[in-house]
Amino acid sequence: MSRKGRAAWTGWGFLSPFLAVFALVFAAPIGYALYLSLFRRQMVGGNSFVGLDNYARALGDDQFWAGVGRVGLFLVVQVPIMLGLALFIALALDSGRVHGMGFFRISIFMPYAVPGVVAALMWGFMYGERFGLVGNINDAFGVSVPDPLRSDFVLAAIGNIVTWEFVGYNMLIMYAALRVIDPALYEAARIDGAGQWRIVGAIKLPAIRGALVIATIFSIIGSFQLFNEPSILQALSPNYISTSYTPNLYAYSLSFAGQQYNYSAAIAIIMGVLTMIVAYAVQLRGMRRED
Amino acid sequence: MTTTVRTGDVAPASPPAPPTPPAPLKRRRGASSSRPRRSLTFTVLTGLMAIYSLVPLVWLLVNSTKTRAGLLDSFGLWFAGDFALWDNVVGVLTYDDGVFVRWFGNTVLYVVAGAGGATLLALLGGYALAKFDFPGRRGVFAVVIGAVAVPGTALAVPTFLMFSELGLTNTPWSVIVPSLVSPFGLYLMWTFASEAIPDELMEAARIDGAGELRTFWQVCLPLLAPGTVTVLLFTTVATWNNYFLPLIMLRDPDWYPLTLGLNAWSAQASTAGGEAIFHLVITGALLTILPLVAAFLLLQRYWQSGLAAGSVKG
Repeated sequence: MSRKGRAAWTGWGFLSPFLAVFALVFAAPIGYALYLSLFRRQMVGGNSFVGLDNYARALGDDQFWAGVGRVGLFLVVQVPIMLGLALFIALALDSGRVHGMGFFRISIFMPYAVPGVVAALMWGFMYGERFGLVGNINDAFGVSVPDPLRSDFVLAAIGNIVTWEFVGYNMLIMYAALRVIDPALYEAARIDGAGQWRIVGAIKLPAIRGALVIATIFSIIGSFQLFNEPSILQALSPNYISTSYTPNLYAYSLSFAGQQYNYSAAIAIIMGVLTMIVAYAVQLRGMRRED
Repeated sequence: MTTTVRTGDVAPASPPAPPTPPAPLKRRRGASSSRPRRSLTFTVLTGLMAIYSLVPLVWLLVNSTKTRAGLLDSFGLWFAGDFALWDNVVGVLTYDDGVFVRWFGNTVLYVVAGAGGATLLALLGGYALAKFDFPGRRGVFAVVIGAVAVPGTALAVPTFLMFSELGLTNTPWSVIVPSLVSPFGLYLMWTFASEAIPDELMEAARIDGAGELRTFWQVCLPLLAPGTVTVLLFTTVATWNNYFLPLIMLRDPDWYPLTLGLNAWSAQASTAGGEAIFHLVITGALLTILPLVAAFLLLQRYWQSGLAAGSVKG
């Protein structure tokens, strides 16, 4: 066998265990979801092929679009705040101008190790008026800050939890990318008279563009898939977090409370396509100047 | 992207504080100095972020020392009169015939089998993508990364239906098997392996007559260690913290992982006739996060260098 042919076989050999499981838990379910979304189960007559009816229904479903609007709002507000904070800290730590860098780096990253469930429960308690910090603040200052979970601020309350969980993770991705920039570049820039901020703009940010794009894409995907936090907080705030609060929660409720597997599959696929379009657009925009 | 990156070596920790040169007064930002000087403003701003990150964890720690009554009538960020941490820990471990211990064991099982397996598959796959030029590998990678964008529910519902036809729901397999695929892990191993293993080294091993498996095992694997630890930590976090998948797959509380169990304890208060056990939820949450916090602290050097090298292509 030729050299090249052997390399090909070895490569596929090493890759095949991953691909086999991938086919079972990613490819097959996606195919099955596509299949499900084209059918409807009826009391009488079992499954019947309905073409794109489920998709047509989703397009006219106000509950679904309200959920999409909510995660869209979440995306344009929470993601920039979180990534902005992460970038600022990564640059501050990388500049070497901060005292106690190692401590700060690990402290800010630590919430990432906290399960989303625990984070939501913990913040849920802290938001509470009964034994939470909001209650303490109200008692101490004689004010009545509303319970964030029992008001229209609930989306902001969720945004805060997600920011808390992931700002350190994103900071670390950016920081890791900053650390591999060749210091000789800074030296050269300084000789040319560039200041710190100029170095950030002209060297550091372009060099970590790949990491920024990856962090942005993962954050966008995370926003569109928002589920754990609203699902946990629902128990504390049933009047403000409906079963269709986010599209993911809606799809879940449809399936497991309403047995509407077919419609739920159509919703999940629409969200998947929307996510991929946005993620792809960001990638194209982010990488454009590179080629 | 810049191609002048240094690779393989671990980014140095903070440079030692330089002696302050007799600089002109009020020179800002060290613009013309070649070494960074500490900045109070940056330290304060970063410190605020650290406080924001740590306060909820401190809250958790403080409140796990309180009795059920103490939770209600004391200030959230300071200790109540009675120090009930040990009572609470004992309460968590023994409540409902020690179901928490069972959940802990389940979580460990899911992590060892799921995250361990995911790391192994990512390691093998990343090595293949990085070091063997075979037709279709770009396509494979695009498909795998594209799959990350598919929402959890799009997968979960059909996976649940498939598994239920196979009779796998409500068994550990239904949680372990889907955890075995980590696209992010594959990506990280791919970037790591392409930087960490010189082609010449593999060539040399082959010339010496080593087979492909032996080349991988004895020559390449040691070089991949930091990347592997990194992927293992991140898949461990993903599995340890998994909620959505077991929520769908498992009905029987005996198979619950910690996340699902804690939520069940918390929800107990809002069900009719259920006992409110928030003090146990809080202490249980503390016990749930301790192992991961400890792992991240102890393995800092490995995962930080693994991420740094993995981000080269990022």
